[in-house]
Amino acid sequence: MKKILSAALAAILAFSMVACGGSTGSTSGNTTSGTASATGAGIAKEEIKVGVVHLSDPAEGTGYSYTHEQGIQGMMKNIGLNSDQLIEKINVSDTDAAAVENAMSELIEEGCNIIFATSWGYMDTCEALAEEYPDVIFSHGTGYKSNGTNFNNYFGRIYQARYLSGIAAGLKTQSNKIGYVAAMGKENGEVTSGINAFAMGVASVNPDAEVYVKVTNSWFDPEGEKQAAEALIASGCDVLAQHCDTSGPQLAAEEHNVWGIGYNSDMTKDAPDATLTSVMWDWSIYYTQAVQNVIDGTWVAGQKVDNYFGDMADGLVVLADLNSNLVAEGTAEKIEEVKAQMVAGTWDVFDGKTEITDNQGNTHTLEGADYGSCNWYVENVREQA
Amino acid sequence: MDLFIKFLVAAIGAGTPLLFGTVGEILNEKVGHLNLGVEGMMAIGACAGFMGGYLSDNFMVALLCAFLAGMLAALIYAVLTVTFMANQNVAGLTMTIFGVGISNFIGVYMIEKAESGTLKLPAQVTQQMRSIQIPGLSDLPVVGPLLFSYNPFVYLGILVAALTGFYLYRTKTGLNVQAIGENPGAADAASIPVTKWKYFNILLGGGICGIGGAYCGMIINGGVWISNSVNGLGWIAVALVIFAAWKPHMAILGSFVFGALRVLKYYKVGFMVGMPDAFFDMLPFLITALVLIVTSMRGNKGAHIPAFLGNNYFREER
Repeated sequence: MKKILSAALAAILAFSMVACGGSTGSTSGNTTSGTASATGAGIAKEEIKVGVVHLSDPAEGTGYSYTHEQGIQGMMKNIGLNSDQLIEKINVSDTDAAAVENAMSELIEEGCNIIFATSWGYMDTCEALAEEYPDVIFSHGTGYKSNGTNFNNYFGRIYQARYLSGIAAGLKTQSNKIGYVAAMGKENGEVTSGINAFAMGVASVNPDAEVYVKVTNSWFDPEGEKQAAEALIASGCDVLAQHCDTSGPQLAAEEHNVWGIGYNSDMTKDAPDATLTSVMWDWSIYYTQAVQNVIDGTWVAGQKVDNYFGDMADGLVVLADLNSNLVAEGTAEKIEEVKAQMVAGTWDVFDGKTEITDNQGNTHTLEGADYGSCNWYVENVREQA
Repeated sequence: MDLFIKFLVAAIGAGTPLLFGTVGEILNEKVGHLNLGVEGMMAIGACAGFMGGYLSDNFMVALLCAFLAGMLAALIYAVLTVTFMANQNVAGLTMTIFGVGISNFIGVYMIEKAESGTLKLPAQVTQQMRSIQIPGLSDLPVVGPLLFSYNPFVYLGILVAALTGFYLYRTKTGLNVQAIGENPGAADAASIPVTKWKYFNILLGGGICGIGGAYCGMIINGGVWISNSVNGLGWIAVALVIFAAWKPHMAILGSFVFGALRVLKYYKVGFMVGMPDAFFDMLPFLITALVLIVTSMRGNKGAHIPAFLGNNYFREER
């Protein structure tokens, strides 16, 4: 038994080593091939080749990769690219550096001018490959690293939409207990700043309501997300917001006749009797602009690329249509009023100046682009039911 | 107290898919076959159960589909390992990769065909699969939620585990089957049909795993298709077999304990609040390690690991 097991493990190890060797081989052997068009001018539309690395399979119809794929398809349509100008790698685990490098090397070999890496964990591989291939643009989502010449970073002020969704939740709740299923704990600035914006939106219309956070500690965990939602409902929450991948919290809300706020895609289609609205990304805004920049020569690999941090005014950050059968009276008007200020730029949730009190009594200021440093919860957030 | 009862109810729910997986794997291991394909068989069951319910509007059909699909997956494993005597570990791992893959493949295919862009179970199935309400009983304080508030899978799981225990320990066939896992040569000499019962156990185990998968596809996902719904539960079931010392009745206890440990982080009170979530994620496996140490200290009396586990039986080499 032991012998067989060790033989099996050895075989797996051997296989994985072969796989790694293959990827490094192809990487080093292709330094000169691929795109060599950093001429200082733009690249003709017909010459553009876009590479995309997806975390899971976008065809799943919901969640993170699906949202990015919608953005890519939107870009293809906006710019008018042919389908053979797009190469996508799916199910590339962002914790498997060898797999990421393999996928990107293949995209480079195929001659991609610009590669969109959609997940946080691709960041370091992008950084390394950007150095090796100065004439390919590596555009990395949700991270913080960049080099100014062919490696940029893109993200956005999703907290603006979360604040607006907080208004819908605050007006809807009857128990004044609102649940929030979070993928990561307080130490993760992306999740935590989103919770804070949501809770501030709640407080702006309902000072008595409290936001209860349950953390799954995983970006994808169908069972955990459902269980966290059930636990929140059990403790009396009647609106469930989420920063996690599946529509599990929305479906749990529907099953228990309470309400929810979806994330990533419009989850009303999964839970029409529960989802009030959803906090969404429209990545096509960025993808279109990025590819257009390459065509126009605004961005030239090896010379200049800019980081991108979009917002509601750009249309990158979106609040889905309100579920008019469910939202409380006056929700649409209130959201419209605040949204107008955000879009006009006269007011923002995290402006870097206003002092925000956390639930320990300390005060902070936060600039939206600096979301990564947010590791505290605002006053009306509770970590314990 | 109220929160504690809700915690226990959630623990039972979280333990149920593990219970099916564990009992299925025990049936496999009792005939000496270490089937690492539990995750894959559950994934296939999840897909078959969900699609069965989706297309037929009938919960019983969904269960039957999950059971049959699990059996079919196990049949592949059985043909490979029993008849062709392929390496059990490799065959099992292959089953896991294949099962998860084909389950997601079919799911994605069906979503692309659906007009609304989502696959949602018909209300009739959702109603039948959700928690039962027995008038009078379910409303009792404490006892009501603890005993009469679950979905049908929970009661089915306990029944299946109890029947499996009865089969293995209280019937002549069951004792014969256990002899196969201990020493197939001796069982063969005693004219026990080794191959027949190996097939029977592996297929039955696969079917039970399939129902566990249906729990993931239907209950955990709340009635909407989500890919990768099993997401590692099958592997925990393999570990639970050791925790349960290869006894189906211990599997009931073990899976509910594991369920409790898995949901504990959502019901933290007092001193637990400040502890990192990673600690809670680790707990089930820490407990397994402790149980292994304790059982090994007690000697071999407590742990009934089938002596021939992991080895294929070549009659000619007897």
